[in-house]
Amino acid sequence: MDMALPVVNATSAVLARVSAAFNAPLARAVVFGVHIDGHLVVEGLLIAVIVFQLTRKSYKPPKKPLTEKEIDELCDDWKPEPLCPPIKEGARIDTPMLESAAGPHTIVDGKEVVNFASANYLGLIGNEKIIDSCVGSLEKYGVGSCGPRGFYGTIDVHLDCEAKIAKFLGTPDSILYSYGISTIFSVIPAFCKKGDIIVADEGVHWAVQNGLHLSRSTVVYFKHNDMASLASTLEKLTRGNKRAEKIRRYIVVESIYQNSGQIAPLDEIVRLKEKYRFRVILEESHSFGVLGKSGRGLAEHYGVPIEKIDIITAGMGNALATDGGFCTGSVRVVDHQRLSSSGYVFSASLPPYLASAAISAVNYLEENPSILSNLRSNIALLHKELSDTPGLEISSHALSPIVFLKLKKSAGSPTADLDLLETIAERVLKEDSVFIVTSKKSNLDRCKLPIGIRLFVSAGHTESDISTLSKSLKRVSASVLSDYF
Amino acid sequence: MVRLPYSTALTTLFSYGLLFAFGHLRDFFRRIIDSRKPTTNLKDYAPICLGHEDFYTRRLFNRVQDCCNRPIASAPDAWIDVIERYSNDGNKTIHRTSKTSRCLNLGSYNYLGFAAADEYCTPRVIESLKKYSASTCSVRVDGGNTKLHIELEELVARFVGKPAAILLGMGYATNSTIIPALIGKGGLIISDSLNHNSIVNGARGSGAAVRVFQHNNIAHLEEVLREQIAQGQPRTHRPWSKIIVIVEGIYSMEGELCKLPEVISVCKKYKAYTYLDEAHSIGAIGKSGRGVCDLLGVDPADVDIMMGTFTKSFGSCGGYIAASKEIIHHLKQTCPAHIYATSMSPPAVQQVISAIKVILGEDGTNRGAKKLAQIRENSNFFRSELKKMGFEVLGDNNSPVMPIMLYNPAKIPSFSRECLRLNVAAVVVAFPATPLLLSRARICISASHSREDLIKGLEVLSKAGDISGIKYFPVEQEKTTSVEKLKKIQ
Repeated sequence: MDMALPVVNATSAVLARVSAAFNAPLARAVVFGVHIDGHLVVEGLLIAVIVFQLTRKSYKPPKKPLTEKEIDELCDDWKPEPLCPPIKEGARIDTPMLESAAGPHTIVDGKEVVNFASANYLGLIGNEKIIDSCVGSLEKYGVGSCGPRGFYGTIDVHLDCEAKIAKFLGTPDSILYSYGISTIFSVIPAFCKKGDIIVADEGVHWAVQNGLHLSRSTVVYFKHNDMASLASTLEKLTRGNKRAEKIRRYIVVESIYQNSGQIAPLDEIVRLKEKYRFRVILEESHSFGVLGKSGRGLAEHYGVPIEKIDIITAGMGNALATDGGFCTGSVRVVDHQRLSSSGYVFSASLPPYLASAAISAVNYLEENPSILSNLRSNIALLHKELSDTPGLEISSHALSPIVFLKLKKSAGSPTADLDLLETIAERVLKEDSVFIVTSKKSNLDRCKLPIGIRLFVSAGHTESDISTLSKSLKRVSASVLSDYF
Repeated sequence: MVRLPYSTALTTLFSYGLLFAFGHLRDFFRRIIDSRKPTTNLKDYAPICLGHEDFYTRRLFNRVQDCCNRPIASAPDAWIDVIERYSNDGNKTIHRTSKTSRCLNLGSYNYLGFAAADEYCTPRVIESLKKYSASTCSVRVDGGNTKLHIELEELVARFVGKPAAILLGMGYATNSTIIPALIGKGGLIISDSLNHNSIVNGARGSGAAVRVFQHNNIAHLEEVLREQIAQGQPRTHRPWSKIIVIVEGIYSMEGELCKLPEVISVCKKYKAYTYLDEAHSIGAIGKSGRGVCDLLGVDPADVDIMMGTFTKSFGSCGGYIAASKEIIHHLKQTCPAHIYATSMSPPAVQQVISAIKVILGEDGTNRGAKKLAQIRENSNFFRSELKKMGFEVLGDNNSPVMPIMLYNPAKIPSFSRECLRLNVAAVVVAFPATPLLLSRARICISASHSREDLIKGLEVLSKAGDISGIKYFPVEQEKTTSVEKLKKIQ
């Protein structure tokens, strides 16, 4: 307290002197009616300093573009990867060579085998009527159609084929594509654009995945063939989303999944689609001509009226024993594709003889519905005989013509599984002359479902074929898999 | 190169402006009328096609719909039967009749004349059909690999001059599935600005970055390459994993050849890979029909990947890729169209085998050499006569594709309908296949056209051209060979 008082006195003395200096008029000048006081000098100096700082440029490191010499050096240094990886040792590349038609019995590498590797579901390969119509077509039209549909590539058999398929299915119109897998990856980008929402099954095959990627829409996958997962995904996407009415929404499913042999429950899907206002795109490559009382596909099988499914696509390379694909739906759907589907507009049209083969195949199916019951009894027999195969179990639906066998216990990694299955297939072919195949995957395919052995059942197989297959498979898998387990 | 005079550009823009204005007016009235109609049961669904997306289709294209998608009732040979159609409601819906008219075919891609039944090919095709049936019903890696497929792959590799080849069932799918198998994220694709839609789709589907260089402009290609290698990937500036340059042999809308030797030398200098799409040029140009490499004297070993289709010159369907053994081995393991798509139909394979044998002369006759000489002679004759008549014709010599410029949207249907009335089937192309102002008619010459056919075609084109007013260049008076004089030469 004693020390504080002189400090306070000194401070107040200094303050008094400073305020006197500030308040004393300076030079006794009056500028514009304002007295020039001492504090104005200090304020003026401060403002000058601030203005000076603001006018300085901020520091940026100078940007120098690359000189030509530097670009040359960079180009010389750059080393690209090789265009393809080197050939791996022991990689399997040889596929069996067929020397006759791929019917239920065929000749592979010189000997006659029972063929379970061709998707010839109705046994139409080698059918006399179809071959006769093709011969007539070849003599009249030649082989190729030499142009896209817009430029004189539309031949009257194409129009007849489109009308026939539309009449068979009960839809207003249909459109033909020249290749099976290009159908779905042209249809999806024609209708789904950026900003649309697509809900797709995670087990769809590569062509559907490519179509979804090319469409640039938002894609959400749900668990394979799981309706509860689909319902919850649809609920999540539409809850509280007011803008959902302006965006187009689609559900993409396959009728029979070729990666697993499951069948999509169409009645449940249609119920969900109507509740949440989505449109359905159904890929029917393996069920057209197979499911349903007269072979009209999944809609007939479940008793769903065909108008409720917005877009149906299918490849004709399976039950109809020809090539190409078609898409069908309402008139608006089909007409839109004629100008905006890239696989239709920018590609040559289907060769005319394949279109006449398709017409004859559909005619044959309409006249002989008994082949469907042959196919069904063959599938049921195969299921019964293979139910007790050691080490392998059937994981496909009971009505699917693709019978999918997978390993009961995995060997550790997908490559090891594939090795085991390929060994089984090779030994079955070599020792018992039965031709079976494993499911093969490209590294561009993002489907994660397990691989297995795929058996394609045909209406042309006899009971003895099926028993040969089952005996052989049981024997070989017992010996191969017992070494491992 | 297209030289668009200012007056033509102005009139074309004015015509399109008028069409758009009328289209919008009609849309406006349609909206008013529709809002009074009761709503259908699709009321909560977003429309499958928003109004502005198909405006061009509804208001412009539908008016001239009868010029496109004309059906025929015969093989796409030199003369075809075009089915007559009629419409009762101003071209909104078109109906078929059972009447046909015989027309000269100047539109199909039938360069060597294999389109119709051929004396060597057709018996063999029918034999293979009876042996292997119309389809194998399975993918190539499963049960779709027949003796014919292996024979054709070896034959194609030998024909093109590469060690190995792979076969696919559709030309469009070849490009869209092979490009993703060769390059992925982290790579760069540099493609010509006028490349075909299948290449664009393949490039987009691969996930690699895409840059475009101006059509046939080698200096610009070099500039783009230098800039991209120096800068690296966008934002991270990491170096690109690989660069592929994609060009076509003959560009189908221009009729021009690509400058292949210069492209190869630039790519070699900067270590980029080249991909050549010979859809229109294989079999049609070159002394022995081996495509643009044959014509321009380029060694096939310098091009990394050669792609082609069988639709145009061989009268069949499908596509192929020819490259080194390692690349083909890699593609057979990874290409989705090889693993997931039905293998090519055996009769179509046999047609290609027979056609290549005829071209190479291995069938014992010289029909192949005669066809190649015929198409070269036909193309050069037709092109020079059209130019003399005053048409604006694009394309290089020796190329069988000849676009004739129309420009104005009203001339598109008038030219096409007038030609059809005089029994010539011509093809007209407009937006979106070409730029908006540059619509054209495209002529494709075939080896099966005889000299009389070409003279008749010239006569009809001249008459239709006079009526439509598309002879933009002055007629060469001194060198004009009138139609009568041409007939006398015959």
